[in-house]
Amino acid sequence: MTISVAMTVNGKAVSGKVEARTLLVQFLRENLGMTGTHVGCDTSQCGACVVHVDGQSIKSCTMLAVQAEGAKVMTIEGLAPSAEKLHPMQEAFRDNHALQCGFCTPGMVMSAIDMVKRHNYELDEATVRRELEGNLCRCTGYHNIVKAILAAAPAMKSAGV
Amino acid sequence: MYDFAYHRPKSVADAIALLKGKEEARPMSGGMTLIPTLKQRLARPSDVVDLGDVKELAGIKLEGANVVIGGMTKHAEVATSADVKSHIPALAELAGHIGDPQVRNRGTMGGSVANNDPAADYPAAVVALNATVTTNTGKHAADGFFKGLFETALGEGEIVTSISFPKAEKAAYMKFPNPASRYAMVGVFVAKTASGVRVAVTGAGPCVFRVKAMEEALAKNFSSAAIKDIKVSATDLNSDIHGSAEYRAHLVGVMARRAVDAANK
Repeated sequence: MTISVAMTVNGKAVSGKVEARTLLVQFLRENLGMTGTHVGCDTSQCGACVVHVDGQSIKSCTMLAVQAEGAKVMTIEGLAPSAEKLHPMQEAFRDNHALQCGFCTPGMVMSAIDMVKRHNYELDEATVRRELEGNLCRCTGYHNIVKAILAAAPAMKSAGV
Repeated sequence: MYDFAYHRPKSVADAIALLKGKEEARPMSGGMTLIPTLKQRLARPSDVVDLGDVKELAGIKLEGANVVIGGMTKHAEVATSADVKSHIPALAELAGHIGDPQVRNRGTMGGSVANNDPAADYPAAVVALNATVTTNTGKHAADGFFKGLFETALGEGEIVTSISFPKAEKAAYMKFPNPASRYAMVGVFVAKTASGVRVAVTGAGPCVFRVKAMEEALAKNFSSAAIKDIKVSATDLNSDIHGSAEYRAHLVGVMARRAVDAANK
């Protein structure tokens, strides 16, 4: 079954033809060519595919593209305000060396931003570790990821994002 | 995933009409179980009826002595609802520990209860709180609703529209999560409501069940000491690479005592 879908991705209106079974992550990567969102496990465990849909973090490998009809989608590509300036969470990941191979990073960053906002910019280490439940890093580099998120929370607050 | 025809109705009536008119049609709420099942080609529905736009199924409201939660209410909404937190904090706590934050943003109470996964958390709350499951065709008491492994009293073309939870005098849920999947190896919900004391166990067997001996003991004396000598039989409990039936039977006792202690705090 071919269906037309239309949604907003990173502030831009996009549309395309998909099958009913097309996953949101396939639509982003294959129809729109936005390969920043990764597919790790494809079984909703690893979180490499996390994007925001209407402001909430979700696993885009476990949502159909047609379910995002009319939604506002934000991906890793939409975070940086310009080519020269990163989002405070991306900046904190760079400053704290919060990645090794980098495969899990897009999902980690998207989950982390949602986490900071849900906790009203106030997080402690135990909360960050618990909230990272749905994101796996096979390099097991969690320590610096946790440090980066704790550093980014006040930076996001002062930047007003 | 095999392809299917996709529908997105706006009302329960339209959803039911779509389900009834088609062969092998499946309703979809959050899709947190259905989509992985489709990906593995374990199901091949002709039609998927997405309930995501059915506004009448969403939301949480107070009705007398009950908290009524719409079938499409997300786990994250239950976990953060002021009404749930003030009247049945144990239910909000349970919802806040289902899956992970991303799953809680999509998964729904109605979908979880209708699916009746043996390790799902909500069935324990529904049974222990003696909740009432409302569907488009009528009402089901908690005790008759969960029939067996992935089996409920729901008939063809019947969907969960809301679940009414009586406010609890005391309640707590304790789960021993599998260290990798975080599904309940054993989860025990203990509740004292207007209809008495109930102890409901998930994860341990093929389907949620009550421990009547513990309920009777707790009705006389609501303390963990009152159930310390009550053993649960390992017969019919789950045995797999994560734990034997005997191990799970032991965990039921441990989790039940911890739940009673937590409920008394």
